[in-house]
Order: sequence, then C-alpha cells, then structure tokens
Amino acid sequence: MPVSVTNSRLIYDALKACDIKIISALPETWLVHLIRMADEDPGMTLVRLAKEEEGVGISAGAHLAGVNSAMLMQNHGFLASINGIVSLALLYRIPLLLLISYRGYWGEKDPWQTQGGLVTEPVLRALNIPTWHLNNPNDIYRRLKDAQTLAHASLHPVAVLLSRDLMWEE
Amino acid sequence: MIRADALQAIYPELENRIVVTIMGAVAAELYMLGHRPNFFYLEHAMGLASSMGLGIALSMPEHKVIVVDGDGSLLMNLGTLSTMARYKPGNLLHIVFDNESLLSVGGFPTATSTGTDLAGIARASGVPRVTEANTLESLKESVTEALKSNKLTTIVSKVEAIGPKTFHMDLPLLENRFQFWRCLEAMRKQSRA
Repeated sequence: MPVSVTNSRLIYDALKACDIKIISALPETWLVHLIRMADEDPGMTLVRLAKEEEGVGISAGAHLAGVNSAMLMQNHGFLASINGIVSLALLYRIPLLLLISYRGYWGEKDPWQTQGGLVTEPVLRALNIPTWHLNNPNDIYRRLKDAQTLAHASLHPVAVLLSRDLMWEE
Repeated sequence: MIRADALQAIYPELENRIVVTIMGAVAAELYMLGHRPNFFYLEHAMGLASSMGLGIALSMPEHKVIVVDGDGSLLMNLGTLSTMARYKPGNLLHIVFDNESLLSVGGFPTATSTGTDLAGIARASGVPRVTEANTLESLKESVTEALKSNKLTTIVSKVEAIGPKTFHMDLPLLENRFQFWRCLEAMRKQSRA
C-alpha cells in the first residue's frame, strides 16, 4: 500500500511536538500509518471510534480537562461529524484540531470518494472553519503547530487537509 | 420513579464530582437542585454527553466522572457504548434515565417504549458493570456501589415521562463552559498538590 510512511512519521512527530496526548480516529487507508504510530506510542491515548462524531465529544472533554487532542478522520468522517462540530464545538467555543484526509479530490480513482471530495471545502467554508491544504512535507511541522495555535487562540475548530501529494506515493 | 426525585436522591454523590448531563429536562432538574461549577450541561449535540464524559475520564483518571444520559440521546449514539467499553475507564459512571420518550421536544415515544433494552445493549457492548435500578433506594445503592467499584458502569433507570414546568436556567452556555473548565483546572491543581 503506497501510503507514505515518511510523511506519516513527520505528521506524527509534529503532533507530538504539539503536546497532543489523545488522538481519536477511525481507520482509513491514508491514515493507517498514523493510527499505528499512535497505537504503538505508550505516551499517546488512541481512541478508536465507532463514528467520527464521537471524536468531537472526546476532544471537547479533553479540552475542558486541560489535555490537547487531535482528530484523525477521512473527509467523509468530517461530514459525519457536522452536528457535533456545530452544536458542541462551535456552540461552546471548543478548539478542535481536525486532520482530514482529503479523498475524492485531484487524482482520485475511487468513484465512491468523489462526492465527498466535491463538498468538503464548501462545507468547511460554510462552517467558517479555517483550513490549510497540507501538500508539502517541509511545511508539516510549522503548519500543524500553526493550526493548533489558531484553534486555541480562537477557541474554534481548525482543519488541516492531508492531500494526496502528501499521503500517497505512486 | 420521577426523575427529579431520582436526581435528588443521588445529588449527594453528584455534588462534588465532575458531572456532564444531556440537554433539556435533565439539565434543568439538576440545575434546580443546586448548580455547581463542576456540573456541565450539554444543551445540544444529542448523544455526545457520554463521549464528553469519556474524554474527561481519560484526561483526568484520578477523578470520578458521572454522565447523566437519557434514552433519546443514547439512542442517537449507540456506538458510544462500544467505545466506552473498549477503553473501560474505571472512573466513569454512566447513568441513563429512560423515560421511553423524547420528552423535551414534545414527548414522542422512543424505541425503548417498544422493547429496545438499553441495559442489554450496554452489556452486549462489553460495558463491564451494567445495573438496572428502578426505585430510589436501588438507584442510590447502585450509584454508591458503582463509584466504589472503580469499574466502568452503566446504570439504566426507568423513570416517568414527567419533566419540569420550565427549562429556564439562569446560566448562559458559555458561562457554564468556562466555569466548568476553570473548576476542572482547580481540581487538577488540588490533586497535584
């Protein structure tokens, strides 16, 4: 499976540098290495979810309890989380660090991913969630730190879209 | 059993603990019994109170966390039972008041009114301790035992579909949020000292 181990490692190390202690996740192809790294790290609590919206509750609880967290999800998982994002995170001013694998976008071969790909950015814009397209491995460390800083300063969700260029080696 | 009486019966156990409630009638009834800065009322996002409780329990393992859930909310996020059961935080107590009704939005019957068994689902999901408590005495006893057990527990209590006259709470959502955040911060500092 040509998912980039190197870039997954850079992302994971950047999350560690952000003092992330809890990662919630649902498996998806591009995220397999990241989830494995979290699972193998004794300093990380990996919460494997049944549905991504639960992750909004986990991260809200962690934030109110003073712990930094991140949410790993596919863009369809983001779409499945919207009520939680609106009526918990936005309503109660909860910072969320959303790492979203951007399926169904440029170069997507799987037809079933394409509708989600088309609506991801319009939905993020409708929710007024600041979004960074992470394409360049040299950017990872700084942009994840920037995303967390903005989320905490604004008490608002911030999204980082993990692109095909970054995650897929083919 | 009337839920307001049930909350009153267990209030001494809730008073000094981290409590997350669902919206509507449950929040208003607990608030009227006596608001505390360690109480958070999730006034929307139905289904996520238990997920929030799990997030807090995993983040503050030295403190007990009590979630006050309801049948309508739990039915919207049944997966939460499997996620809680997977991580089994021993400091988390999940109380479900089952009035077989979406009372706060007009009293429409939920699936528990036609036989869905939430305690059964919790057991089948792998929650290590599941009890059913349908009287004030048994509920009080179940809560005390659950808190002593240091095992993840779900208590399902059947209650009548009766709520408060008003859902008004003199507590803006964000005031509750920041007050709760500060309170948890103080609790952590105190436990470190």
